[in-house]
Amino acid sequence: MLQHMLLNMEETASVILFGIGFTILLLHQNLIKKIMGMNIMDTAVYLFLAAKGYINGRMVPIVTDGIQDVSAYINPVPSGLVLTGIVVSVSTTALMLALTIRLYERYGSLDLDQILIQVKEEERT
Amino acid sequence: MSRRKDNYDTSRWLKFKKWVDGEVDLLADGMEARVPEGTAGREKACVPEGTAGREKALAPEGKAGRGEALAPEGKAGRGEALAPEGKAGRAEARALKGKAGRAEARAPEGNDNQARPKTEAMSQAAYEAVQEEELKKLPIFTQGYDKSVDHGLALFRKFYRFMSVLLCGGLILVLLWTVAYLPIFGNAGNPDNNEVSARYIERGLQETGAVNIVTGMILDYRAFDTFGESCVLFIASCCVLVLLRIDASSKDSQTEKRRKEAAYDRLYEPKNDIILQKCACILVPVILIFGIYIVLNGHLSPGGGFSGGAVLGSGLILYLNAFGFQKTERFFTEKVYRRTTLCALTFYCLAKSYSFFTGANHMNSGIPLGTPGAILSSGLILPLNICVGLVVACTMYAFYTLFRKGGM
Repeated sequence: MLQHMLLNMEETASVILFGIGFTILLLHQNLIKKIMGMNIMDTAVYLFLAAKGYINGRMVPIVTDGIQDVSAYINPVPSGLVLTGIVVSVSTTALMLALTIRLYERYGSLDLDQILIQVKEEERT
Repeated sequence: MSRRKDNYDTSRWLKFKKWVDGEVDLLADGMEARVPEGTAGREKACVPEGTAGREKALAPEGKAGRGEALAPEGKAGRGEALAPEGKAGRAEARALKGKAGRAEARAPEGNDNQARPKTEAMSQAAYEAVQEEELKKLPIFTQGYDKSVDHGLALFRKFYRFMSVLLCGGLILVLLWTVAYLPIFGNAGNPDNNEVSARYIERGLQETGAVNIVTGMILDYRAFDTFGESCVLFIASCCVLVLLRIDASSKDSQTEKRRKEAAYDRLYEPKNDIILQKCACILVPVILIFGIYIVLNGHLSPGGGFSGGAVLGSGLILYLNAFGFQKTERFFTEKVYRRTTLCALTFYCLAKSYSFFTGANHMNSGIPLGTPGAILSSGLILPLNICVGLVVACTMYAFYTLFRKGGM
């Protein structure tokens, strides 16, 4: 099993990165750090997809010298999926940062606990 | 036609070298923003107001106090009742002088500096007031959030931490276990290398005309997916606009505060950073041309609308950072942003609807594919790449300006 994991080194690295991002998302109370954790998770997914599309000893999928053999190029589908992922990640990150800015302006803090305490106090009054 | 002499003294290289050394200013007419003279005037004006005015205002008080304190001594010693009166009178006279001095100190401020330093001073005062408010709020925070008092919360936090570490460790273990059973990395016989990718590789060049198979895939076979991506970007920038825009008409206290902060940022942006400006003069054209090259060559080489648009947007942001909002607003305003994005998205939608309609009904679309490898080839892919690039560049720039000052 360990040997298999070493053979699949890229996937192993991406899974560990995903775990690190998830840990940051859960354990940190700072909203900016949570967003960073989300971005690390995104990166892990890109690495996983790119690793899935790679085939040893083949070229990038750009037709050169008119060769159109399947055995000459790597799989082009995961590259397109990574592109979609990057665009969606940029959009969600921008949206999260904008929401964080508004929260900070409203409550004067980035700490999730303090924001929640203030929300509860406002509800009481 | 006389041949131009090879003169080193008037050569462009020497001019460039002199410009880099800072000996001549090629940008003297208009490009370089200078420190507004008003700021220097304000500093001068502030000094008399702050120091002289306060000293003079304090001095009479001290003298008056001393005069009163001395008065009984004077009475006891000389028996002259006039002495304290005289001193008090002098003190009054000094107070008047102090007032006059203050008035004088204020007068030059009004004359030398026009509207700009006044707003600057106002925004500084507003900023300080905001900071004071924040400081006043702080004790409330500490009262509401005290770990040592609230045992239940502390216990819950410990439990939460323990459980989240457990959950994360479990997740990583499960995923690693899964990875151990995945097919081996880089093997050609893996199940994901199926007939879909084979079809894209074998027939892609004939069907789309694009040499770059990935571009042919995302802008021809799966073009509606890419249209959705551009729309996601556009909607995200709209949401950020809704969240961060400063509404000019609203009288809300928070909006007021944000408007003041934006004005503060605008006044104090680094307008005369010579290193940044000269680097930007050299780099911005190169970056913009490289971005356009990536966009236009998307169907021939690695790249395309998304990456090229991101490069274009970063070039615009560098220009904005070096030369300030006044320079960029000459060519990129909210109106330009709105029109460009709308036109690009509409053209994308119409062009792809047409080609999907004709394709679904087995009609000839009439769009020539051209010779593979030429820049004007592969049908609709080149215009669609340009559309995507425009949307991405505008969105990147809009994100930056919105985050920085809440409006374009």
